[in-house]
Amino acid sequence: MHQLLLQSSSFAPAVAEIWLMFAICVLLLIEVFAGARHRGLTATLTLVALAVGAALTARYAQVPQRTLLFDGTFLADELAVVLKLAGFLLVAVALLYSRAYLEQRNIQRGEYYILALTALLGIFVLISAGSLVTVYLGVELLALSVYALVAFDRDSGVSAESAMKYFVLGAIASGTLLYGMSLVYGITGTLDLTTIASQLQGPLNAGVVLGLAFIVVAVAFKLGAVPFHMWLPDVYEGAPTSVTLFIGTAPKIAYFALTLRLLAQGLAGTEAEWTRMLAALAVLTLVVGNVVALVQTNLKRMLAYSTIANVGFIILGFVAGTPDGYAAALYYTFAYVLVALGSFGVILLASAKGFEADQLDDYRGLQRRDPLLAAAMMVLMFSTAGVPPFIGFWAKLRIFQALWESNHLWLVLVAAAMSVVGAYYYLRIIKLMYFDEPAGELPHAPREAGVRFALGVNAAAVLALGIAPGPLLDLCARLIH
Amino acid sequence: MHALLSCLIWLPIAAGVLILLLGDRNIVLGRWLALAASLATLALAVPLWAHFDTNTANLQFSQMLPWIPHFRAFYALGVDGISMPLIVLTAFMTVPVVIAGWTVIETRPAQYYAAFLIMEGLMIGVFAATDALLFYFFWEAMLIPMFLIIGIWGGPRRVYATIKFFLYTFLGSVFMLAALIYMYVKAGDYSIASFQALPLSLIEQRWIFAAFLLAFAVKVPMWPVHTWLPDAHVEAPTGGSVILAAIMLKMGGYGFLRFSLPVTPDASRELDLLVITLSLIAVIYIGYVALVQQDMKKLIAYSSISHMGFVTLGAFVMYEIMRNTGSLQGAGMGVDGAMVQMVSHGLISGALFLCVGVLYDRLHSRQIADYGGVVNTMPVFGAFMVLFALANTGLPGTSGFVGEFLVIIASFRASFWYSALAAVTLMLGAAYTLWLVKRVVFGPVTSPRVAALEDLNGREFIVLGALAAAVLLIGIWPAPLLKVMQPTVHHLVSQAVATKL
Repeated sequence: MHQLLLQSSSFAPAVAEIWLMFAICVLLLIEVFAGARHRGLTATLTLVALAVGAALTARYAQVPQRTLLFDGTFLADELAVVLKLAGFLLVAVALLYSRAYLEQRNIQRGEYYILALTALLGIFVLISAGSLVTVYLGVELLALSVYALVAFDRDSGVSAESAMKYFVLGAIASGTLLYGMSLVYGITGTLDLTTIASQLQGPLNAGVVLGLAFIVVAVAFKLGAVPFHMWLPDVYEGAPTSVTLFIGTAPKIAYFALTLRLLAQGLAGTEAEWTRMLAALAVLTLVVGNVVALVQTNLKRMLAYSTIANVGFIILGFVAGTPDGYAAALYYTFAYVLVALGSFGVILLASAKGFEADQLDDYRGLQRRDPLLAAAMMVLMFSTAGVPPFIGFWAKLRIFQALWESNHLWLVLVAAAMSVVGAYYYLRIIKLMYFDEPAGELPHAPREAGVRFALGVNAAAVLALGIAPGPLLDLCARLIH
Repeated sequence: MHALLSCLIWLPIAAGVLILLLGDRNIVLGRWLALAASLATLALAVPLWAHFDTNTANLQFSQMLPWIPHFRAFYALGVDGISMPLIVLTAFMTVPVVIAGWTVIETRPAQYYAAFLIMEGLMIGVFAATDALLFYFFWEAMLIPMFLIIGIWGGPRRVYATIKFFLYTFLGSVFMLAALIYMYVKAGDYSIASFQALPLSLIEQRWIFAAFLLAFAVKVPMWPVHTWLPDAHVEAPTGGSVILAAIMLKMGGYGFLRFSLPVTPDASRELDLLVITLSLIAVIYIGYVALVQQDMKKLIAYSSISHMGFVTLGAFVMYEIMRNTGSLQGAGMGVDGAMVQMVSHGLISGALFLCVGVLYDRLHSRQIADYGGVVNTMPVFGAFMVLFALANTGLPGTSGFVGEFLVIIASFRASFWYSALAAVTLMLGAAYTLWLVKRVVFGPVTSPRVAALEDLNGREFIVLGALAAAVLLIGIWPAPLLKVMQPTVHHLVSQAVATKL
């Protein structure tokens, strides 16, 4: 009896994954037997499952210190708990924003929600990855679910095309990742990230550097860093907007965790090498992302390039190569997903049946048609541009400071100059919404009070966290140290 | 612990948000609320002046609360003799802006008043912040309402103007931010006082000075980064032009006095000739540019750049004076002049833009050629316009005289040539201003539209009357203003001439 209790408590840190797996199975059964009669039932139950999952995680998954479970494959620490809670929240809000959009396009089906949950499970596996195998499992589970989601609107040729691109390029990236991992395994003789970290001390073997290069390429692909970004604009533009919203938010947290666990913790011994590789990637990413975004006419595509530009900042945090830099990257990730959630949410809420609202011109004079959406979008755009009093400013400041403290002066200057370039296209959206007259009649989006309230809260959070950024900054610093 | 400065900052912002929530449907209430809020802010500024201790250079009315422990940044406010007059000026100038928009603004009036009130709070925040991060927070946040003000209520090329305005100032500011972070990393916190006390090598100082110069020169604006200003001014609505000219340009001058001189004294000493040269180019060259303008607002905008040249000149001649005479008193005179010039230019340029606004509301044209003989139909307006024009040329008895006179005298102590060149402006300023007055106000009535003009209404009379009184008051009796600034200026000069090496 005593033995059994001990064992059950050792499962507690994995409660999020276990609950999610259980919920996925139950929802699949419900969908099979009741899905056709009660449309929307799975959607509601998914939100309930996410809420319960969050509550269970908050209550039971806490660990007093960093713990390795299940033969070192599963890592439990405070960072993992917070990232998982954020994952629950982001997916729940994303699904909430998407509901009307899916209904209008007749793709409001149970499978959509179940795929979202399996993707979330992949995210969690990645967050808690303690060995190379778990890392790969998480990456693949997330990626496969997302490929299917991108192709979910099966009557849309564009969606199918972008899913295909995503799949093919993603498969190459997975191959690269595996190859890099196999080299690292071959040299260290272990899959365990902690053991790898302790083995890779001192002078470096050329094989390790080669393996590292492959891993960095795979990570860069997942993050969408230039020159491995080709898939990102096409997928963002081609996928149904609700899926773009999904891809743009929760997985970013997972890829932050991927970079942290794999490079900063597992391959800490090769830090000098990968910070140099990442520095080159970051500069390219910042320049290409910001400059190409300037000439876009499709809002989803523009936000895709904006994502690339923001990823450049997140990578800069890792380039600093210090815990302070990782904390900065984490804070930036939080700030970014909060804004991405809201801005794709605006596109979803502005769309109507047969009207995607994804062209920049669709936002002309939005202030007159829908002041709330326009105000929310303005807040979000000023935030990504890095203007106080919004959270995006502190995120950029945090990155700059981490770079200064690690003596990367020139990177600060590049990033500062690029944020001025970036400001232009964010201003352009505000200009369209506030300064221009509406161009003709556009289909009226149905207005759901609850969802609009959620969007308002989202934008207000961007402001509130910008006026009082202290608690979140402290949290990020504590999670990393 | 004083909450007065916090009230000055947050009262207008809160009122602005409230007006925004009331919306355009309750605009009658919103308008009165805006007026009440701006008057209340002005009323709060009265004790700030009255209880200000003029015997010390220390910060007064200080308030300090923890804000962002992670950056060791504080919500720290306080005023000295440099910032206090500028805060009072801000509170004073917002009232005419609110009144001037009373019946004129028809599109989205609630957002209009909200933008100006929020702007007022943020501007006071810039002057009151004693923590560099808080300073930067307000400094940048201010761009948002101004961006919207020009973009929504501006003239035909408003979009071009407002984006240019935003990007120019944003570009200047991010490099200042980089400099602030650098000093934070060295000093360990963001308080401006610890930046001022931070020992820096000459090379560091040069870089930091360059970053500051970029940020503040764009705001002042100094030649050659001034080109955003005429565009922004011309396209902005009257209220926007007033706030831009009266307050926002002062932030550049304030920045030089608060950051450049005390934080990087050795770089300032080394590079003073650069700033002086740019100032003199602004004074003379831009004066000539103003002469050929066809658009009244553009002319006043260029005149602003030329007058702001005196501010930077006054601030930076001190090193030359110290070299020549070694007298701190003499060096202080230039800074005194710069400060008086800032306050006075705020009043005069604001008043001139309001005068143009009065004409624009009637004829919807800013072209000089569309007017002529206005005094025949609008005698009271003509009197005000002539008064402000003369003040703009620096006529003794008006505030314009005091600032320019002090700066010219101070620069004479530095070098005969500085003062000779600076004095050219007396001629040029008189030329373009009086020629403007001649073409617009005097002469025979040129067109039937001018013949149909009506003179000032009560609302406009109150606004221009109040400004005229302030201009004359400072012109005739500048002593209280100078007395308020004196200990702070003295302290500043001793900081600026001391070496950090």
